[in-house]
Amino acid sequence: MTLFKKTATELQSLLHNREVSVKELTAESLNRIAQMDGQVQAFLSTNEDQALAKAEELDKLPMDGRGSLFGLPIGLKDNIVTKGIVTTAASKMLEEFVPVYDATVVDKINEAGMVTIGKLNMDEFAMGSTTERSAFKTTHNPWNLDYVPGGSSGGSAAAVAAGEVPFALGSDTGGSVRQPAAFCGVVGMKPTYGRVSRSGLVAFASSLDQIGPITRNVEDNALLLSAIAGLDPKDSSTSPQAVPDFRAALTGDIKGLKIGVPAEYLGEGVSAEAKNAVMEALKVLESLGAEWEEVSLPHSKYASPVYYVISSSEASSNLARFDGIRYGYRAEGVQNLEELYARSRSEAFGDEVKKRILFGMYSLGAAHHEDLYVKSQKVRTLIAQDFANLFEKYDVIIGPSSATTAYKIGEKLEDPLTLYANDILTVPINLAGVPAISVPCGFSNGLPLGLQIIGKHYDEATLYKVAHAYEQATDFHTQTPVIWEGK
Amino acid sequence: MTQLTIDEVKRHAGLARIAMTDAEAGMFAEQLEDMIGFSNKLQEVDTEQIAPMTHPLPLYNVLRKDIATDALDREKMLKSVKDHEDGQIKVPTIL
Repeated sequence: MTLFKKTATELQSLLHNREVSVKELTAESLNRIAQMDGQVQAFLSTNEDQALAKAEELDKLPMDGRGSLFGLPIGLKDNIVTKGIVTTAASKMLEEFVPVYDATVVDKINEAGMVTIGKLNMDEFAMGSTTERSAFKTTHNPWNLDYVPGGSSGGSAAAVAAGEVPFALGSDTGGSVRQPAAFCGVVGMKPTYGRVSRSGLVAFASSLDQIGPITRNVEDNALLLSAIAGLDPKDSSTSPQAVPDFRAALTGDIKGLKIGVPAEYLGEGVSAEAKNAVMEALKVLESLGAEWEEVSLPHSKYASPVYYVISSSEASSNLARFDGIRYGYRAEGVQNLEELYARSRSEAFGDEVKKRILFGMYSLGAAHHEDLYVKSQKVRTLIAQDFANLFEKYDVIIGPSSATTAYKIGEKLEDPLTLYANDILTVPINLAGVPAISVPCGFSNGLPLGLQIIGKHYDEATLYKVAHAYEQATDFHTQTPVIWEGK
Repeated sequence: MTQLTIDEVKRHAGLARIAMTDAEAGMFAEQLEDMIGFSNKLQEVDTEQIAPMTHPLPLYNVLRKDIATDALDREKMLKSVKDHEDGQIKVPTIL
């Protein structure tokens, strides 16, 4: 079947005309997972009985009052807590953890009448960019199963790309929604910091984390962000700014739009195919009436070290809560409390997580606090100022979402510094707290490339407008991997 | 900046409450050296007059009325606790 090639709006009209029921949509998603996930390995768990039961209940509700996402299936990255459903953050630490409450975004998707199909694989505690750092399984890129889906929200992007679910939520601390969206040829949005509640998101780096939607097209993405965004009393960093109906921004009219293209985003380390795809995309945007100029984000080259110091420091503090006492993994056969802490954490955290905790401890320790942590915070100020300066003159900033297409599985496992350096295109956005979206913009050797559009604080509407205009003028988003047809 | 010794890595692991063998500490010493080397690039930036950024957005305190709401259910929370008795969490001897 090809139901999930349709947009949310098209599926909604099928539901209204009783050509399909919520239960059938739910079953379609579960069937596709049964058929394909043996190869893709996107899901850590599925929620079959609860999902079908909920779908039956939803089918009984009157057509009037159903919203634009009613009855549609969604998968959630497994660091978003779900009441009564195991939430692991892909760590042995939380292998058996059953949350007692729902994340705010889960409350909101429930209010919208969406059906949660299951929980999606990721790098452990979202620390990674290939999803190979999951404690449980490696997710494969649906476009070529020998390649990674990106990460850390690799399960979310792969599940949408394989047509297992039309919607997924991921989280983005340094590119973890946009880079896997690019690698898997789908649309991923990292909203403005404070736009979406982090209540119920397993914390990695609290000044950077944001939950964001992953979908097959821009309109669906806009609908999902409208549904999950907004002020939340449970997250004091959420903004009181009104949440617009982002779909209303999809006018197709980008005449006079001013685009800045940072030289640093097309410089050293960025592959020729990624550069070419961006240049081609700029031609398309020009043909739609936009204007672009080369600009500079002079502190970009420092963004990766700043990001690793700050995110590891915050993680070392956030992950202190995993002590083996109140929830999570507990070591056995210990003699005293100190040994319980140390052995539980040693046995249940993976090496990447331990490394980042250690680097965070080192950066925060008295000996290096000034030259690492505080220095990084100061350079962060400069990085944020770079963006603020450009946004005085330009409406959006455009570059690639990733320096290359997806890596081969195993290729970068022993080469963390190259992976960290590749983050230069995505981490500055989190450091500045601005929103950015990745949309499909081409292929190289059968693997997708992503165009990154970066905007002003709280101006996701403009990002959606530009992304939609570009999408409608191209056909990359209509293409599906071979595996989609079950081959 | 520094040559990290196994003892230094183990001291930080101790502070982080992560048990670690000498072999593991040796592996992490190398990896941390790489990350420290990678971060040393920051020293070339002049930040003399720059204030540190602690948060991406200006935040201010907001007060709300102190109204009691439903708390989480203790029985359900205890389901995630490995060892408990009479509604209390059991831990090994502390003293």
